[in-house]
Order: sequence, then C-alpha cells, then structure tokens
Amino acid sequence: MTHAPLLKRLVLICIGMFAFAFALVPLYDVFCDITGLNGKPSLEQAQQSKTITDNREVDVSFTTHAQSGAPFEVKSHEYSVVVKPGAMREVLFKAKNLSNQDKVMQAVPSVSPGKAAKYLHKMACFCFDQQPLKAGEEVEFKLLFYVDAELPSDVEELTLSYTVFDISSQFLASNKEQVR
Amino acid sequence: MSSITDEHNNDAAHHDAGHHQPAKGFKRWLFTTNHKDIGSLYLIFSLTMFLIGGAMAMVIRAELFQPGLQLVDPHFFNQMTTVHGLIMVFGAVMPAFTGLANWMVPLMIGAPDMALPRMNNWSFWILPFAFLILLASLFMPGGGPAFGWTFYAPLSTTYSNDNTALFVFAVHIMGISSIMGAINVVVTIVNMRAPGMTWMKLPLFVWTWLITAFLLIAVMPVLAGAVTMVLTDKYFATSFFDAAGGGDPVMFQHIFWFFGHPEVYIMILPAFGIISTIVPTFSRKKLFGYASMVYATSSIALLSFIVWAHHMFTTGMPVAAELFFMYATMLISVPTGVKVFNWVATMWRGSISFEVPMLFSIAFIVLFTLGGFSGLMLAITPADFQYHDTYFVVAHFHYVLVTGAVFSIMAGAYYWLPKWTGNMFNITLAKWHFWLSLVSVNVLFFPMHFVGLAGMPRRIPDYALQFADFNAIISIGGFAFGLSQLLFVVVVYKCAKGGDKVPAKVWDGAEGLEWEVPSPAPYHTFDTPPEIK
Repeated sequence: MTHAPLLKRLVLICIGMFAFAFALVPLYDVFCDITGLNGKPSLEQAQQSKTITDNREVDVSFTTHAQSGAPFEVKSHEYSVVVKPGAMREVLFKAKNLSNQDKVMQAVPSVSPGKAAKYLHKMACFCFDQQPLKAGEEVEFKLLFYVDAELPSDVEELTLSYTVFDISSQFLASNKEQVR
Repeated sequence: MSSITDEHNNDAAHHDAGHHQPAKGFKRWLFTTNHKDIGSLYLIFSLTMFLIGGAMAMVIRAELFQPGLQLVDPHFFNQMTTVHGLIMVFGAVMPAFTGLANWMVPLMIGAPDMALPRMNNWSFWILPFAFLILLASLFMPGGGPAFGWTFYAPLSTTYSNDNTALFVFAVHIMGISSIMGAINVVVTIVNMRAPGMTWMKLPLFVWTWLITAFLLIAVMPVLAGAVTMVLTDKYFATSFFDAAGGGDPVMFQHIFWFFGHPEVYIMILPAFGIISTIVPTFSRKKLFGYASMVYATSSIALLSFIVWAHHMFTTGMPVAAELFFMYATMLISVPTGVKVFNWVATMWRGSISFEVPMLFSIAFIVLFTLGGFSGLMLAITPADFQYHDTYFVVAHFHYVLVTGAVFSIMAGAYYWLPKWTGNMFNITLAKWHFWLSLVSVNVLFFPMHFVGLAGMPRRIPDYALQFADFNAIISIGGFAFGLSQLLFVVVVYKCAKGGDKVPAKVWDGAEGLEWEVPSPAPYHTFDTPPEIK
C-alpha cells in the first residue's frame, strides 16, 4: 500500500496550519476592528458628527504612560473633561523629550472600557503620526475628538490612554531623510 | 527499558528469515527503523527527561521550603520554573506517549511496523538535540529561558536575554519531531490495519492516539508560528507583539493558547486510551460504552479548539466572549464525564483484581477527576479572577498532568513492561512505588489548592509568611514524590535485566492482538497480517 497520498495531505495540513498562525495576525486586527474589542481605537481620521445630543454627558479622562526606557513625558492639560455626545472637543497635551538626543516618539491609544473604543472619534491626533522631538524639546500636541451619539447608554465615563514608545531606532533606519 | 535479547531474535528468525537482524551496539540504536527499538528509545529518553525535569522541581521546592530567598537567586528560580515546564511537557509526557504509540500501535492493529520507519528514526533522533540546546542555554552567560513555559510576549521578546534564540530553535525541533511522529501514527493507523480491523474494532488506545495525532498536526505548526514571531520580534525588528510598531501583546496569548489548549488534550487523550485498555483487563469485563468512548474523545478534541481564551479571562475580554469561553469550557466536562462514568461502569460488578497497572489506573480515575473539578472551578469566569496565576492553577494542572498523564504512563509501562521484556517486574517494589507515589503526590499537590485560594501567586521564589507551614508540607511531599520515582527506575531496570518469565498473554483478562505475540515481543511481528474476527 502506498502511503504517499495520505502523507502529502498531512504535510499540507501542517504547512497550512503554520500559515494559519501568521494569518491570525491580520485576522485578529480585522476581528478587533469589526467588533471594537480590545480597546483598539481607529487610527483613521474621523468625519465631523452631524448631531449633538444635548441631554447626555460623558466623562472622558486621559492618561499617558511612557513605556519603560522611553525618555518622554507626555501629559494632558486637563485630567478629564465632560463632553456631550457629538460635540467636538479639543484637548492639549504637553510632550517633552527628556533625553539629550533627538528622539522619535509614537503614542498608541487605547480606550477603556474596550467596547467604547469604536465610539470615540479622533479628528486630529498626535498619535496619527510618528513625532520627532529634538533633544530636550518641549512641544504642544493637539487632540481633537468627539464621542459618538450612539455610545451605549451604560457607558458614562471612558478613559483614553496613550502609551508612548521610543521608536527612534526603527524610525531613523527607515526614514532617514524625513528627520528634520 | 527494552531488553530484546539475541535468543529471541533467533527464535523469531525462523518465521521471518528474510529480515535483517538488529545490528550490534550503539549503531543498532542510531540507525534503527524498528518500531520497538524506537519505542524503547522514546521511553528511555522520556524517563531521563522526567528525572531531569523532576530535579528542577526539587530545586523549586527546596527554595520554597521556607519563606525568603535562601538557595537560588530569583533569576535562576525563574529559569527552573520555565525549563521544568518545558521539559515535562515536551520532553517527558509527549515522548512517553509517542514511545508507547511506537511500541503498541503496530502490535495492536496487527501491522509489521510503523508506516514510515525512516522518518520514525529521524523524529526520535532530533529530539535529544532539542533538549541539549535547551539545557545548554542554562549554562550560558545570561542563563536559559526565564519567562515561563508559556513565553508570553513581551517577557520573551523585549525582556528576555540573547539566549532566547536557542529556546526558539529547541521548540522548533521539538515541534518538528512531534509532527513527524504524529504523521507516522496517522499513516500507520489509516493504511496498515490488519484486514478485518474496521474502525469500530480499533483498540481505544489506537483511537485516542489517532485523534491526538490529528491534534498534533493541527496545533504544533501554530506553536512553531508563535515562536517564529517571537524570534523575528526579538532579533529582526518585526512588531507582531510590540504595540509601538502596531502589534499587540495580547495577540500572543491568543495564538499561544490556540496551540496551548489542544496541547493539554494531546497530553491526556492517549492517557484515556491507556486507562480504557487497563480497566477492562483487571475488571474482566468488556469496556462499557466503547462507541461512546470514541465519540467522547472526538468531541473533546473538537471542543479543544474553541476554548482557548479561558486562559485569558483577566486580559479584559468583553463579557459576551467571557461567557462563551466559560460555557464552551464547561461543555467539555460532558464528554469527559462520559469517559469517567464508562470506566466506573466497566468496573461495576467486575471481578476486579488490583495488580499494579490497575492500582495506577484507579488512582488516575479518582485524581484526574479531582483535577477536572478544579478545572471546572477555573472555568467559572468571575471566580477565575481570584484563582488566576495562583497556586490553585498549579494544583489543577499538576493533578491532571501528574496524577493524570504521568500516572497513566506509569500504568501503561507496568501493563506492557512484561510484554516488552518477557519478564515480570518486581511486584513488591512496584507496589511500594505506587503507594509512596500516591501518598506523596497528594501531600505535594493537595495543599497547593489552599495556598492558591489564599492568594499565593505562582512562579515567585518567595511568599508571605502565612503560607510557610503549607509550603513546608508541600516541599516534603515533593521530595518524597521525587525520591519515589527512583524506585520506578529500579523496577524498570531490574525487569529489563531479568525476572520471572511471562507467557504471551501476561494478564489473564487482557484482550487484543499484542497478547497474541510471544513475550518478549519478537523483533519482527505480524509479517503475515493476523485474522480479525
């Protein structure tokens, strides 16, 4: 009896499952995107809201956290703001490069509770871009956002958290010409 | 473990004169393609790894004997917990089952050998190198892996040392070895059954191994993918698990546990097969509910793919997902319950005798069920927030893996050892081994439930003072259990060297083709396929 056909099929399953492990990476992102799970907010620029709900108020707090070893201090001017769903709001962040070298930072947003992530729309955010900061430089960043009127009614407060990463090495490697 | 002596090779030579007889010395083992030789190699390798991994557990228990840091530094402690886990999972339990499959599957289905004997040789012989690499990393500057056997990112990427590549390659080799072993088992079972052995006449050990092999083929490549991503994240600046580059460390846990949960069934389904073979023998009855056993095993295997996130309840999943994974997990207790009740029903009104394999099997049924119950407790999402990463979890998985998987391997070893060697083992010593193991294993793992519920975290070399007494008891149980296993080595060694000769059918209640060949099993068996009625 020849074993080759069955052997071939089993080897193909193995190769397929190895590929599947890597396919999980985009699948995971798509899944989080559709369901808004995992507190992963969209990094696309949002459209302006057409309606404003007057009879409801939501608390939005901000927190930032520099990944250990990342030489940045990023702080919002206000600890938290109260907004009406649909109404645009601007919040300023002060960011400082604490090191004596030119660095590039990337802020990665996350929303808690996770299910509120897809209802927080950012029209402008410093997290959309990689931000080069000169040694010791201090800049002001703008966040322009609104909370969707469709936000589930049991969510009364949400937190937008930024984790700040030092991506100088990757950035310098790939975008040498863009560094000012 | 095997002592296939020259006399019986000559014996066998009458009816299979066309075969090469085994070469002499080391070359016999290095170049062998004989399923019995390779089975023995796997089993000896597994026993060696069991002792090495056990020695690491002794280091862990010695450090935890008293609160405070006394014997080893915390970094070394972390390496011990990590490598203990890796060795026991990939070096002890999985090769032991593969060894049993190599020895017994061809004998049970009436095949002359495994389907792909040369690949079989490779799948064993790459294994020692995997563990050599892993163990060698412990002696290198910076030490071995210290991030837990689950190697969660970013512990294994951002915060690990440069020897992580060795860990990754070791896991790759282990994975390739088990995939080749699994492919061999599937091809053997599908293509090489004796004429007349229909699917529903397969011995249960063969059934459970067939399903296990499919699980291995499905998930070991996923593990290979996960370690590859860790490798490229750490050394080649990819960002699969690094949020700074758009990746997500939680995704690591999803990928890992997509492998990890089927993996725990890979380590228990063959055990179910062994117990389902032994219990009928010593109850002198047919196995109760054969068909339901087959369906239960298959449904456990299928369900194992949709429960992985119960390891991750505290990562902040939405409630709907938590509920799904909670109920799906609890659903697994239905087919598992079917199995336990079938074993009990098999014993019901049987004329039971308590030979050593049966003692281990009964201990398995009771203690594995206990481990299953603590698993059910862990499946309850709200309760899991308290149990997560405590010693309660450690107690749970040691009950299912030590008194579950390892006890079943011991049961299987005692059951088939006379068939392999032609000699009965020393029954008195074996009974001492059983009773010492049974008592000490419970002294070792039972109190872990309580310290866990009281909040003692796992994988930490120190603990709060109030846990001191319980930890001292646990450590004493641990040392006793560890020493008891040396008795097993003695029993196996003595049995391989000599003992009372046994007939072809070693146990009077035993059924199956393996008991129709002489004891010890000749080097070549079933050159002419047997008749299956």
